[in-house]
Amino acid sequence: MSFTTKKQDGVVIMEIEGQLIVGNRQELKQKLLEELEKGGRKFLVDFAKTGYIDSSGLGVLVSLSKKIREQGGDLRLANLNDDLKTLFELTKLDTLFQIADTRERALASF
Amino acid sequence: MMPAFQTNSAGGGDARVLELEIRNDVSEIEAVVDLVRRECEAMRFARTQLMLNLPVALTEALSNAILRGNLDDPRKSVRVHARVDSAALVVDVMDEGEGFDLEACLVDPTTPDRVNGEDGRGLFLMHKLMDRVERFAGGAGGAGGAGNVVRLTLRRGS
Repeated sequence: MSFTTKKQDGVVIMEIEGQLIVGNRQELKQKLLEELEKGGRKFLVDFAKTGYIDSSGLGVLVSLSKKIREQGGDLRLANLNDDLKTLFELTKLDTLFQIADTRERALASF
Repeated sequence: MMPAFQTNSAGGGDARVLELEIRNDVSEIEAVVDLVRRECEAMRFARTQLMLNLPVALTEALSNAILRGNLDDPRKSVRVHARVDSAALVVDVMDEGEGFDLEACLVDPTTPDRVNGEDGRGLFLMHKLMDRVERFAGGAGGAGGAGNVVRLTLRRGS
């Protein structure tokens, strides 16, 4: 499991490799909030290398989205595989987040 | 010191049984999920069951046991008993907690007033992703002791 932060076209991109679950969600939260404090406003979480996400991982994404919006920013998602899409549909979080099929489409949407 | 895992794979017929005892620490969860998933993979469970249903629901059950049942107390432990055969996975997650009403904790997190919430999806996902979710009294606290058993059942899909 690892989180990698990159920047492209003014967007902070967070890649999640492995699981986003109760044991590591705080690490993701801390990394993205640091970028928010540094002035980042456009955020993209890329799930291309992500395995599974539990309820606390989903909760952190909701929490981060709120905090980023409060600062006038936006958090978008990309590259969900079919299982992750199902998870977002089950919880109706697909209605809360802007989700792109690819990183390129997500970057173009900002 | 208690070892991180005590495993025993055995069972009648084509069944495989896995017994684990883990420290009361969320960092243990992923390894338990991997072990149970490996047994289900050997029984040719469907890909989505291996990648979504099982890992998410079992993570929720273990997380509940560690954080809610055992109140994140490092002196406590969680036991897992998983039985897998070609028909189904039945996994018991046992903690040492005071017990809780599983159904009373179940809310629908998808309603308009809750979908924006940060919590409350765990039990919902367990019910959505498993064929059956049950709760019994008597967990890892020993005979007559406190504790919860949450039993997840997933029938093998193709």
